[in-house]
Amino acid sequence: MQTFIVVLALIGFAAIGYTMGRARAVMTAGGVPKDLHSLPSYYGSYTALWIGLPSLILLAVWMIVQPQIIDGLVMGGLPSDMTAGLSDSQFGLLLNDIRNVATGNISSRGDDPAVAAAATQLSSLRHTGFILMVVAVFGVGAGGLAFARNRISPTLRARNTVEKVINVILIISSLIAILTTVGIVLSLLFESFVFFTKVPFYEFLFGLNWSPQTALRADQVGSSGAFGAIPLFVGTLLITFIAMVVAAPIGLMSAIYMAEYADPRFRAFAKPMLEVLAGIPTVVYGFFAALTVAPFFRGAGESIGLDVSSESALAAGVVMGIMIIPFVSSLSDDVINAVPQSLRDGSYGLGATKSETIRSVVVPAALPGIVGALLLAISRAIGETMIVVMAAGLAANLTINPLEAVTTVTVQIVTLLVGDQEFDSAKTLSAFALGLVLFFITLALNVIALGVVRKYREKYD
Amino acid sequence: MTDTTSSPQGESAGPARRPLTISPHLAKRYARERLFRTLGLASVATAGLILLVLVGSIVSKGYSAFWLHHVDLTIEFSVDELNPDGGPIEMETLQKANYLGLVRDALKREFPDAASDRRERRKLYGLVSPNADIMLRNMVLNDPSLVGTTQTVSFKMSDDMDTFAKGFIDRDLPESDRRVTDAEIKWHDHFEAEGRVHVAFNIDFFTKGDSREPEEAGIYGALIGSILTLTVTLLVSFPVGVMAAVYLEEFAPKNRFTDLIEVNINNLAAVPSIVFGLLGLAVFLNFFGLPRSAPLAGGLVLALMTLPTIIIASRSALKAVPPSIREAALGLGASPLQVVTHHVLPLAMPGILTGTIIGMAQALGETAPLLMIGMVAFIVDVPQGFTDPATVLPVQVYIWADSPERAFVEKTSAAIMVLLGFLVLMNAIAVLLRKRFERRW
Amino acid sequence: MTNTSVTTPDVDVAAKPPSVEQLANRYTKIESRDVNVYYGEKHALKHVDLDVYQNEVTALIGPSGCGKSTFLRCLNRMNDVIDICRVTGRIALDEHDIYDPSLDVVQLRARVGMVFQKPNPFPKSIYDNISYGPRIHGLAHGKAELDEIVQKSLERAGLWKEVSDRLDQPGTGLSGGQQQRLCIARAIAVNPEVILMDEPCSALDPIATARIEELIDELRENFTIVIVTHSMQQAARVSQRTAFFHLGDLVEVGETEAIFTNPEDSRTQGYITGRFG
Repeated sequence: MQTFIVVLALIGFAAIGYTMGRARAVMTAGGVPKDLHSLPSYYGSYTALWIGLPSLILLAVWMIVQPQIIDGLVMGGLPSDMTAGLSDSQFGLLLNDIRNVATGNISSRGDDPAVAAAATQLSSLRHTGFILMVVAVFGVGAGGLAFARNRISPTLRARNTVEKVINVILIISSLIAILTTVGIVLSLLFESFVFFTKVPFYEFLFGLNWSPQTALRADQVGSSGAFGAIPLFVGTLLITFIAMVVAAPIGLMSAIYMAEYADPRFRAFAKPMLEVLAGIPTVVYGFFAALTVAPFFRGAGESIGLDVSSESALAAGVVMGIMIIPFVSSLSDDVINAVPQSLRDGSYGLGATKSETIRSVVVPAALPGIVGALLLAISRAIGETMIVVMAAGLAANLTINPLEAVTTVTVQIVTLLVGDQEFDSAKTLSAFALGLVLFFITLALNVIALGVVRKYREKYD
Repeated sequence: MTDTTSSPQGESAGPARRPLTISPHLAKRYARERLFRTLGLASVATAGLILLVLVGSIVSKGYSAFWLHHVDLTIEFSVDELNPDGGPIEMETLQKANYLGLVRDALKREFPDAASDRRERRKLYGLVSPNADIMLRNMVLNDPSLVGTTQTVSFKMSDDMDTFAKGFIDRDLPESDRRVTDAEIKWHDHFEAEGRVHVAFNIDFFTKGDSREPEEAGIYGALIGSILTLTVTLLVSFPVGVMAAVYLEEFAPKNRFTDLIEVNINNLAAVPSIVFGLLGLAVFLNFFGLPRSAPLAGGLVLALMTLPTIIIASRSALKAVPPSIREAALGLGASPLQVVTHHVLPLAMPGILTGTIIGMAQALGETAPLLMIGMVAFIVDVPQGFTDPATVLPVQVYIWADSPERAFVEKTSAAIMVLLGFLVLMNAIAVLLRKRFERRW
Repeated sequence: MTNTSVTTPDVDVAAKPPSVEQLANRYTKIESRDVNVYYGEKHALKHVDLDVYQNEVTALIGPSGCGKSTFLRCLNRMNDVIDICRVTGRIALDEHDIYDPSLDVVQLRARVGMVFQKPNPFPKSIYDNISYGPRIHGLAHGKAELDEIVQKSLERAGLWKEVSDRLDQPGTGLSGGQQQRLCIARAIAVNPEVILMDEPCSALDPIATARIEELIDELRENFTIVIVTHSMQQAARVSQRTAFFHLGDLVEVGETEAIFTNPEDSRTQGYITGRFG
């Protein structure tokens, strides 16, 4: 909160700098703004940038560096018998306790005098650090102001400088997308690497047994845990398959009907309807699957003497299919509309009916695009989380019977990471290995699908 | 198709007029045509039907959550009970007094015969919400003159009784098959017969945070959590997204690197949301040390997720601005940046805003990545700031959907209705914006 | 058509030829030497040497794709906008190289204004259209001065009477010819020295065209004008000097009268007599 106020104050400072820079520029031009290279407002922005940028950068660096220095000082000040022989996680716990005491929370070690002393030291260091930071940051801001004021003259190309800075900011913005991807890949790779030092790679990819519960104590029964992900892959594929069985025909036929048969009035009503279906949050579908569809299938199964699990793959798969229908239909609608009218006319000219034209001319012509759309839909089904978390099971059964409960990659990621996380146990880390597999499979599907769709577009553009 | 009516080569009869014969195939072909068409219509209809069933099942389950049954009890604010030690009545004694006793006394007076059996007594005490004592305490603290008087006070029924009163529990079932006992039904009927049961709008649902007790649980905490989270998302993703789009569309040279950025953005848009959750956990929480369960971390994760949506929408909006506008401004000596900020961006803004609202609507409905960064915790307090522990509407739906109490089903559905309401509102604004400002060049 | 006839009867050279005195006092406003333009691999403009004289209208003519518009866009560096475009050679405005890296292209464009083929008013009010340039260049002090510039510019573009009562209406609501005059007024408002016109009448009907042509002739007194046109009649009517481009080459340049009555190059002759183009 304090930092937030400092940031606001800096912005205020920069705003004052803006008016000062403006006034200064007009003054140096002898009150004739026309003689300036740029409009006076650019000189204002120039000054504001010189105040704001260096000080905000300093602030950010300070915020990152200060806690580490302070932690080092505090932990270094502790009696050596307290820190000797502590593992990294124990060390972290101790530090956490000290922080808690410092912020006034009750802690298990709150009555330890060494901890209390360290907490007092921590608070006072933080206080000093904050004051130093405010002084430094505003000092840099004032320096920027003085520098900019000095530089301002009618020949200074303020606009060009300001625009260059803005251009750099624009470039940085567009790099954030790249940084996100890099961040995803690096964090997944890093944690997965740690996981694979504990569990062999081949055992993870080809093992048939998944039970990630590692014991808390080494002497407990079944302490090893099994990390064979094949049951998860099979479960994911089973549910995805069911989803596509539902979504592909309905989505495709809807798209064909909308593109080829429906009159504008029907389209105006049906398209938004499909968009609504697409806009419903997945958690709602999950609730629907768990509370309406699953009991329905269970009841229906019972009435014909089938034993359907209450967390059957069928229920999760069907609802996931429903979720994907609008996705398939809107993508296919686009590709079907891109088929040139001349192809249809050719077919009609030979005396073909509409459905014959669609089946033998339009669909084959649009096939690459449709395949791309279906691949994207599969990628989406594989990565979908909430429906399966709420409607599919947790037990990793290796089966392809849709009436039984199966679990999926995403379900396991959620279960492994909700609740206590220990980044030194294989249990928590296995979630990242699963995430890595998920990321690369969906990435591959997307790259192929987008490539196919793009090729298709180029063909008819 | 090959099975056309007749082959043109076959007849070389010269100028003689050929009759338009009707091939026997034709009827079959038209039947297939009709079938195909019907299948298409049936597909669209199926989608519509599913939507109806989905919305219908949620509304039918959830509408009742907006009302709660209350029961009037006669409470004696007896001095003995509130101040058993005697002496002057201070605020402090009132603060600590045994209000639960007052409620229990009132119930015991109502049904003296039920008080004998321990199990039955507990059931009896459970008729009203467990928070009844807190309500009484607040009443007395607000108005200490109540002490010594006898008042009729309206209490929320507990969740099972409320569910029964709403008629969702069949009283004809055998006792072992339903959640309320015969005695409870008897008590309910007693109050009902005296006209002391009444229905009131469940205002707490909109003004309170989560609770273990369904009748006390509200969505206000989750709503504020959603607003805080989306604020962070909007503040990060909108400026960054628009600036990235402006750079890529207006300034970037066409080279391998910008191609890479473009491919990357398209792929990012299709990365499963849960992977963003893993990123948030590994980077924002573990590396940068942001607080767990906080709107700040959640908002940042959602911002990265919505960024591709906003960039793609903004780029197409920028692309739709005709180049002649850019030329005109350039020709007058506007700098490229002035061209963008004075002309192109304002003209593209409706499209950009539409895309942003749609991105925000997606973010509002997103659940999975937030589970990864701990926004799934049970949080009673309404979050006050960006670093407080919080949850959001869809996660609240997820938490409640997992709760075993029957009454939480109704709460979940009601929360979904609120969530869908917001989504409809946002999309309506987007559609309106598009309609109102759509410009054809 | 036969190729014996040198003059074309349907072209009437109406623009006043410069007098001897004027010819002697000619001042070279823009001087271009060995200008080459490449679009990627394509050599779009080859070794062009062309001078533009002050207070004259110079017309650039030639068949489509001959490089006349490309050359025009070099004169205020509008080609900079195109990534793959590369310009070599020297173009000087008042003897200052406009491709000098230290020169600010924005200031260049304030001195060399441009009117485009299709009228392209901003989707803003008429007033805002005109006042935009003066605003970004800081030419006006306060509202009164800006009002004055707007009125003067509209008057000089012959549009004031038609729009003075609806300055707050969008510029896009005007007729095509009015829009183009609005664009000219907009260019004038910045008070440039040179105005480049890229087929300014190609999207207009004959009456609006005549109106613009009159306007060009009036503007010549205060500005130097370079106009690209596909209509030889128009070149003949409005210009004092004419340059003929063909396949990226500057084939011939000279007094308009001379070019149309007595072209030196057979390609010019072929073009103006309508054999190709």
